[in-house]
Amino acid sequence: MTNKNLSHLDWLEAEAIHIMREVAGQCERSVLLFSGGKDSICMLRVAEKAFRPGRFPFPLMHIDTGHNYKEVTDFRDKRAAELGERLIVRSVEDSMKRGTVVLKTPDESRNKHQSVTLLEALAEFEFDCAIGGARRDEEKARAKERVMSFRDEFGQWDPKNQRPELWNLYNARTHKGENIRAFPISNWTEMDVWQYIEREQLELPSIYFSHVRPIVRRGGAIVPVTEITPARPGEEIVDLRVRFRTVGDITCTAPVESDADTIEKIVLETATTTITERGATRLDDQTSDASMEQRKKEGYF
Amino acid sequence: MSAHDNIHDNGLLRFMTCGSVDDGKSTLIGRLLFDTKSILADTLTQIEKTSTKRGMDAVDLSLLTDGLQAEREQGITIDVAYRYFSTGTRKYIIADAPGHEQYTRNMVTAASTANLAIILIDARKGVLTQTRRHSFLAHLVNIPHIVVAVNKMDLIDYDQARFDAIVADYQAFIAKMGLFADGRDIQFIPMSALNGDNIVDRSESMPWYTGTTLLELLEKAPAAHTGHAEPFRFPVQFVCRPQDSANPELHDYRGFMGTVESGSVKVGDLLTALPNGRESRVKAVHLGGEAIAEGITEQAITILLEDEIDISRGDMLVKSGEVPAQKKEIDAMLCWLSETPLSPARTYLIRHTTRTSKAKLTGIAYKLDVNSQEQVEASQLVMNDIARVGFKLAQPLFADPYSQNRATGAFIVIDESNNNTVGAGMIL
Ligand SMILES: Nc1nc2c(ncn2[C@@H]2O[C@H](COP(=O)(O)OP(=O)(O)O)[C@@H](O)[C@H]2O)c(=O)[nH]1
Repeated sequence: MTNKNLSHLDWLEAEAIHIMREVAGQCERSVLLFSGGKDSICMLRVAEKAFRPGRFPFPLMHIDTGHNYKEVTDFRDKRAAELGERLIVRSVEDSMKRGTVVLKTPDESRNKHQSVTLLEALAEFEFDCAIGGARRDEEKARAKERVMSFRDEFGQWDPKNQRPELWNLYNARTHKGENIRAFPISNWTEMDVWQYIEREQLELPSIYFSHVRPIVRRGGAIVPVTEITPARPGEEIVDLRVRFRTVGDITCTAPVESDADTIEKIVLETATTTITERGATRLDDQTSDASMEQRKKEGYF
Repeated sequence: MSAHDNIHDNGLLRFMTCGSVDDGKSTLIGRLLFDTKSILADTLTQIEKTSTKRGMDAVDLSLLTDGLQAEREQGITIDVAYRYFSTGTRKYIIADAPGHEQYTRNMVTAASTANLAIILIDARKGVLTQTRRHSFLAHLVNIPHIVVAVNKMDLIDYDQARFDAIVADYQAFIAKMGLFADGRDIQFIPMSALNGDNIVDRSESMPWYTGTTLLELLEKAPAAHTGHAEPFRFPVQFVCRPQDSANPELHDYRGFMGTVESGSVKVGDLLTALPNGRESRVKAVHLGGEAIAEGITEQAITILLEDEIDISRGDMLVKSGEVPAQKKEIDAMLCWLSETPLSPARTYLIRHTTRTSKAKLTGIAYKLDVNSQEQVEASQLVMNDIARVGFKLAQPLFADPYSQNRATGAFIVIDESNNNTVGAGMIL
């Protein structure tokens, strides 16, 4: 290397590697949350660069709402197998059976209930740190989130009681029962993520690319028509060419209209888009400016 | 043209903004985001709505940097928030810390990762106590590049004489206080954040100003280290030992993983491992699994040595001949971050690079008034205090003076009872 300045992706990658290695060095039992989504796919590449030729010093875990696209969960399993790393799956449906998750109505989104299942899984395996792929650019309440975010015994995030983070000296210490959520790609934007996927030629679940899918239009949003999210009476189902910018629980993730069928085209589209990732694709965040913050206090990522 | 060509690539710059309430900090950040087209339509719609709700007729760009619910209710921001924008050639991370007197700790936190500070001055008010405080803190935390932004020029009729007087005032002040005396890069820009003068676009109202706009300056500022030759410092974060007996290549593999905090390392270099003092040559340097000839500052790499040396997390690899001091006592400037005062009787933990040691205060030499830099006597420290202190340590640290090396001169203090980060230290 002759260039003495790192490119922005090199810098972000180096920072993320540094954070993962800090987790590995400081925490006894950590876990990396892997959903099969693009952010966590980037994290897996970072983890490879951080720890190969060794094995990852943590297993992978997915909190499955039972309402995920099959393309994504298949990809999740395939990727974990390719890497030869252990994948733990814990499901919201099991929490419902245990009675720890109670839906208000049968069709209520299970997305926010992931918190309960996550906390149960952290307790089950006595994890003291969960590595997540959240980014500060996603949402206002995230802009002040720490790289190492401290959660008390109830998994609660108290914005007033977070540890100051100085230089690159991260403090991931906990007492028993408490845990840390570590966010190695905090400083990445959606654009950085797509550029990194392009540079590293990372494979993605197919639904990130343009495809034709039956949808209905509901209050300005594009709602995919699936078994879980059928059309409502009177709604017109149309076939639309779409892609997902973010994949998550089916009930709250919407696609965007797009012809972009390659990473290069997605990067170009991202550069010229006029709507934020959450604004375009999340069906649950629009209710209130502060809804994410509320959920985080309750233990959400 | 592929998307790739668009983004080349002047690296990443981290900077911070310092200003008192109402100096226009939020408006400035909003303006930078807006004029570089980093604000997407839905966000803009949202702040338009809020602006209207609050009875304003123009969009209030300062709403873009608005914070958390509790803070919104109080109408102030009380922590460091991070914002992002990109110009296509360079990516920026802004640390946004509030200017309130009681939040010295937030400014120190924001400053610790910044390579450039924008110090805002209200053109109507000139150099104030707050300006002095912000400048002192930027000096203390050793931010390499300083931009003094004289804002609200529109309110003084874009008057050159007034601007020149503020510049002269500021220069007299830093000369008197001995701030930035190391020849640090200081630039002055007259601007109006509200109207966008000299932020991204050159001002038509100030033809007398021939310097650069703020954005031009940000684009040119060296992104990372100063570039001058620094000694190689490599705190070991993690040791990779696959112990794969089936694979002969991995059988004896021992990779020392970490981030190059300063300097560089090449295959063949003779290194010393601290604390044990053993030496060995570099057999290979790996970056993300690939062999590279040289590892440079800020890269997260893996180093393989020719000899088997016992090295673990918390140790440091340095070049033989450039070995830092091993210190069991340190003299440092300390900023206290916690609501619980520093207790001279208690034992704390100090984290320095990847190394952690128990530590006890040996004394407080003096406390500094952040406004006047006067030294005052102190027997304890409370939140936001800055003092010169001594610590003695159970384990030696491999340290350089903070003024020479931010990475190996900095430490944090941890309270073991709740594991909070309670202090930020800079070794003298
Ligand atoms: N006339 C004028 N007003 C400004 C300028 N910059 C900011 N303001 C106004 O000053 C007030 C305080 O600005 P704000 O950005 O909220 O300040 P902060 O407290 O430093 O974040 C707001 O009413 C802004 O509209 C400027 O360059 N010219």
